[in-house]
Amino acid sequence: MNTLILRTVAPFLTALMLLFSVFVLLRGHNEPGGGFIGGLIAASALAIYGIAFGVSAVRRAIRFHPMAIAGSGLLLATLSGLISILSGVPFMTGLWVYPVIFEVEVPLSTVMSFDIGVYLVVVGAITSIALALEQNEGES
Amino acid sequence: MEALFSILIGLFFAAAIYLLLSKHTVRILLGVALLGNAVNLLLFTTGRLTREVPPIIPAGMETLPSGAANPLPQALILTAIVISFSFFAFLLVLTYRAYQELGTDDTDEMRLAEPRDEQLPPVGY
Amino acid sequence: MAANAPALTFFALFLPFIAAVFAPVLTRLLGDRAAFVLSLAPALAFAHFCTFLPEIAGGEVVTGGYAWAPSFNLSFSWFLDGLSLTFALLITGIGTLIVVYSGGYMKGHEGQGRFLAFMLAFMGAMLGLVVSDSFLMLFVYWELTSITSFLLIGFDHEREAARRAALQALVVTGGGGLCLLAGLVFLWNITGVTQLSLLVHLGDGLRQSPFYLATLLLVLGGAFTKSAQFPFHFWLPNAMEAPTPVSAYLHSATMVKAGVYLLMRLNPVMGNTPAWEILLPFFGGITLIAGSFLAVRQTDLKLMLAYTTMASLGLLTMLTGFGSAHAVEAAVLYLVAHSLFKGALFMVAGTVDHEAGTRDVTKLGGLRAAMPITFGAALLAALSMGGLPLFFGFLAKEEIYAALAAGNPRAVFFTGLAVIGNALMFAVAFAIALKPFVGPHVETPKHAHEGPVTLWLGPVVLSVLGLLAALFSGIAHRYVSSPMASAITDQKIVIDMSTMPHLGLPLLLSVITVLLGALAFWRLTELRAFMGRALESLGPGPDRGFDHFVSGLVRVSGVVTRLIQPGRLEIYITATFILLAVTLLVPPFVFGELPGFPTWPATILVQEAAFFAIAVIGLVAVLRAKDRLTAIVSLGIQGFAVAVIFLLFGAPDLSFTQFMVETLSVVILALVMTRLRLSPRDHRPLAQKLFDAMVAIACGLGFTLLLMKSTQAPFDTLLTDFFNAYSKTVAHGANVVNVIIVDFRGTDTLGEIAVVMVTGLAVLALIRVRAGKRAGSGEGQ
Repeated sequence: MNTLILRTVAPFLTALMLLFSVFVLLRGHNEPGGGFIGGLIAASALAIYGIAFGVSAVRRAIRFHPMAIAGSGLLLATLSGLISILSGVPFMTGLWVYPVIFEVEVPLSTVMSFDIGVYLVVVGAITSIALALEQNEGES
Repeated sequence: MEALFSILIGLFFAAAIYLLLSKHTVRILLGVALLGNAVNLLLFTTGRLTREVPPIIPAGMETLPSGAANPLPQALILTAIVISFSFFAFLLVLTYRAYQELGTDDTDEMRLAEPRDEQLPPVGY
Repeated sequence: MAANAPALTFFALFLPFIAAVFAPVLTRLLGDRAAFVLSLAPALAFAHFCTFLPEIAGGEVVTGGYAWAPSFNLSFSWFLDGLSLTFALLITGIGTLIVVYSGGYMKGHEGQGRFLAFMLAFMGAMLGLVVSDSFLMLFVYWELTSITSFLLIGFDHEREAARRAALQALVVTGGGGLCLLAGLVFLWNITGVTQLSLLVHLGDGLRQSPFYLATLLLVLGGAFTKSAQFPFHFWLPNAMEAPTPVSAYLHSATMVKAGVYLLMRLNPVMGNTPAWEILLPFFGGITLIAGSFLAVRQTDLKLMLAYTTMASLGLLTMLTGFGSAHAVEAAVLYLVAHSLFKGALFMVAGTVDHEAGTRDVTKLGGLRAAMPITFGAALLAALSMGGLPLFFGFLAKEEIYAALAAGNPRAVFFTGLAVIGNALMFAVAFAIALKPFVGPHVETPKHAHEGPVTLWLGPVVLSVLGLLAALFSGIAHRYVSSPMASAITDQKIVIDMSTMPHLGLPLLLSVITVLLGALAFWRLTELRAFMGRALESLGPGPDRGFDHFVSGLVRVSGVVTRLIQPGRLEIYITATFILLAVTLLVPPFVFGELPGFPTWPATILVQEAAFFAIAVIGLVAVLRAKDRLTAIVSLGIQGFAVAVIFLLFGAPDLSFTQFMVETLSVVILALVMTRLRLSPRDHRPLAQKLFDAMVAIACGLGFTLLLMKSTQAPFDTLLTDFFNAYSKTVAHGANVVNVIIVDFRGTDTLGEIAVVMVTGLAVLALIRVRAGKRAGSGEGQ
């Protein structure tokens, strides 16, 4: 797809959407949003980038194979659940800590890391599917 | 309102099943996409409908305000949407690959695993 | 007594299984010497069970076990009385000798470790079978013996004959096992007990039940298949495909007696009825006669023994069902005697085969000088089998005739059968013990010489035991025969048959038997030829029937598979949705569960109506799309309409997700569809379209009615209240939907993202397979 407009807009659009996806992910616990939605937004962003500049550009940009991202997400989500067992409460029980960073209390939790895991799985798996299909087109 | 939704969902199911019953993989694929929406709407409606108030607890309150939507079906549907999308993508690629390999989208012609003139297995020990 | 501790018995029961697990490793480490080490397992179990002898002889019963699922009245429990103890001793005792013998017989064979493992596993199963108290355990062990027997018969799995024999044995005995399971369920339902130790003292309750005959037939189905009674006998001779230690152990001394064991075990509650006393002697008698005649015909040592085993099992069944305490005593004596002499003779046959290279009796002769010890053991065993004085077999035969010989016609008939069967078995016994050893030397494929100690130890011990048990019959009766007979009849029985011949009718019958047997032995060649001609004129037997059964089964499966799996997707889908429509529509229209007439909503906002209309338009457009682009766009339209509907009804999360998913769907659909020269046009003929539309509309209507009905019911807010109450207070989240996803139902979500992950991998694999193929074959597209 060689339209000039898309090529000009795509990098900004992708960057903006990726930022927005992280925003949606992190505010998900208290406002509309969360890992699934954030992941889908990020995957769309990468898909747009791929349509504009080709699959190899996306692969270079994200550095890791998308399925590796998905795998690390699944690992993170599983570990978030397992931490609870180590602390002596049932699997998947949410644990919270409130460290103070730069004089701001930042609530952190295994629930959040679990949601980040969901985000990574969705980004990775869906990007992988989209890229696989786009790439195939490029070849034939 | 639920009655109106019931009718709409009936239409969704009928359209999805009509498409699924055809012999061509592309139409079956479209049917699967519709079926996902039909099921999601069905779940949504069984949790009862409320207008516009999302299930988000306002600041300073401990529980949802009255009239807020039922959060449980929403949580179920949210994951269902993503799963049905993955399923849809998989079926799409399967259709695509089947067409490339077999040169047809007619399910009657796809008999690689179950050939039409399949012989009985040999009798032996 | 410390040895009575339940833990020790439990250990003894599992010892063979433990040994089986270590058998392959030990064989790799120690080579042929492993068998000696492994034989310690059954030997220890034997020693353990011996410690029970005084107690059981005193008329006591030892039970023990551990609760397994107490709420279902299931336990792992055992039950030792005269009957099970005798069997346990035979199994472990002969088992010890067999393991040693196997070490010699399979020497240098690469599969020796596997063989010993199967053998010991079988031993554990058989041991468990005879001491089981609960029905469930009995059944599990029963099937386990069938399975291990299958593995052992098919040990030489590269030969088709062995595979066929193994499958045949499994089908016949496994099928019988299913009968037995049904029979046990009947027993449980009728009596309400699940333990044999309780069942045997129940008295007449079972016999008076209207389901008695059904139960009896089912139990007999299990017992007759296992014990190779006519007409299920054919698998036993075929099982001779197994290596000889297997034949000696499973198919003469132990497993085939499991059926007889079961009959003896159930005798107190099921015996003493007309059905029992007709069916058992009748089928036992046929089996006795058929087996002994078929045995005469054979020239293969193992087959001769196999058919006499079948005949002996028939005799045992006949005696068990004959219906007098005397007959039971005879069965007990004969069972013990048979295990001893038949095990010995099988091992002799194996040794001869091993050393001389053939077991065809017409190609053997004059081995006396080369194999003196084996010859001696064979002779002792044959004397016992022939029922000559001084041997345990003689005691058994005296008791048989004493039990059967009475004035009435039924007794005369069965006495006649017993005499004929015994005479023929006498002839076969001496054919096996004498023909290979005496007479002029015949050249054999291998240069024959005496086998190593491992090969002659077993036969010698067993045949000498047959002599000693008769000489010291008092001890044998006190500790073994009398308690066993008491357990079978559930009354105190003392057997005092000794080796001193008494003048009387039984002795006369014995003499007649021996004379007839000697005559048959003298004219064996003519008799064999005559039997061959007679059997050929009878036509094929049930063995051929098995082949027809198997090929018929394959044909039937083929027809059924073609009927329900024609390989056409549309038929599967149509069937599924017709069934769905029926499921949905039957409750409202047949049982009157129609929803109440819906009330028109008080207010419909303009935007709601608009997006409803857009969704419907999208649906219709998808159905009617003539080209790819229309189809994709219309699919997108209905998807976005659904997303907006979610937003309008208080679900922003769903709405955003739906938007993203629809966008991505449209993108990937477009990516793929542009490359496929496919049109979404409908190719169905009109009639088909109408039929499909009917099915679809029926399903749609069903869902509409279901949803109306269920939303008219009062809403149970239990779960919603729970999430509402704890979302902020416990899980610290204001967005309840997200809290449910990542916290309350986190494990569920973990599973779901795993599914997403797997789908990604699957898509990648599908695409990659293509790429790999293209690179491999080097053809471009």
